[in-house]
Amino acid sequence: MNRQQVTATINGEHKEFLCEPRQSLLEVLRDELFLTGTKEGCNDGNCGSCNVILDGTLVNSCCIFGVEANGGHITTIEGLSKGNELHPLQQTFLEGTGMQCGFCTPGFLIAASALLDENSEPTEEEIRHWLVGNLCRCTGYDKIVKAVQDAALILRERAL
Amino acid sequence: MKPAPFSYYRATSIDDAITALSGADGMAAVLAGGQSLVPMLNLRLSPVDHLIDLRSIAALSRQEETPEAICYGALTTHAAFEDGAVPDGTNGLMRYAASHIAYRAVRNRGTLGGALALADPAADWLTTAVALDASVTLTGPDGQRCLAITDFVVGPYYTQIAEDEIIDSVVVPRRSAAERWGYYKVAPKVGEYAKSLAVALIDPAKASARLVIGAWSDVPLVLKAGASALLEGVKQHDLAVIVQNELDLKMPSLSPAERRLHTSSVVRAAEQARS
Repeated sequence: MNRQQVTATINGEHKEFLCEPRQSLLEVLRDELFLTGTKEGCNDGNCGSCNVILDGTLVNSCCIFGVEANGGHITTIEGLSKGNELHPLQQTFLEGTGMQCGFCTPGFLIAASALLDENSEPTEEEIRHWLVGNLCRCTGYDKIVKAVQDAALILRERAL
Repeated sequence: MKPAPFSYYRATSIDDAITALSGADGMAAVLAGGQSLVPMLNLRLSPVDHLIDLRSIAALSRQEETPEAICYGALTTHAAFEDGAVPDGTNGLMRYAASHIAYRAVRNRGTLGGALALADPAADWLTTAVALDASVTLTGPDGQRCLAITDFVVGPYYTQIAEDEIIDSVVVPRRSAAERWGYYKVAPKVGEYAKSLAVALIDPAKASARLVIGAWSDVPLVLKAGASALLEGVKQHDLAVIVQNELDLKMPSLSPAERRLHTSSVVRAAEQARS
């Protein structure tokens, strides 16, 4: 098969890998690099389970080919915590039960972290508008929105 | 892996992309944001032998301002409009439309040129572009040509783009500062494609009004009788009757439910524009 060499920085680490042009970034992350925290849900950009941050912006990794990420910087759910220290979002999702089955959680955490990077004090409406592209079928969105608000507060307090 | 095999080429300039398109052996397609094309490839709805990636071409992400209009490079993203990162000459209409396309992850990647090239009748930009009298500049081996959006779009998913052409940019005339707009989208779920989409523009001082209905089974329609009535300031109920009659004339294939749906969205957009 016609495999191409791709170089990217993933969670701060330099990675080189081979992939076919038709492999999505999601597939590359999961099947070539074994970063299985990023989930495959709908595979057409509707559910947000596969959210990663590519060059500073939130994207659905199912709707991008791995070859498009050549030269890019990618953050996946595996890169959110600092070693054993959880990201404030991970902490508040845990403490506030922002998850049940957990399948959508990596996508929500990545999407919410992209929001907080751009907007340190989002309103409830802004959080809901931002997270419209992430589907959760069991927790219900109220606890997730609350967890994002709590994490935003922690991050703001840390920044003081 | 879901799509059928294809070759991938990252074009470095517009000329490079045109050369790759013209010289391709088999079916070639250009990749802009890929937010519709990639799912379509995944579903094998869109046969492609060669994929030519335009994203590295900086010239396609430019914006140029003139006193009369703003020119947006084809790769200007929905998110750039949503964030106000690009100039606006539409009193915020384009910003509002962009922020209601799909979801943030899609808007970060999806582009104005890509959306118009696909010409999905239910997409936000197509109806908006018709309402705003936009035009599309195409570049091919023989140079550039500029088409009014209504000439550019021939039918659902069907445009005038030749096999060896790409969209260079979209030119949107500046609206008057006093003009008001209304934008009404009916979608079963936030971020979904529209079931009905209406845009209204009114500037009483200039005696101009425009009403456009989109997201039906064909290209967006300009409603002239409805626009005249809007300008005359007829009451909501009478406006609904006039709009419904015009829809019956121009869209005779609508079911009774669709007829009511589209009438409602037009009247609501009109009411929003004059409220």
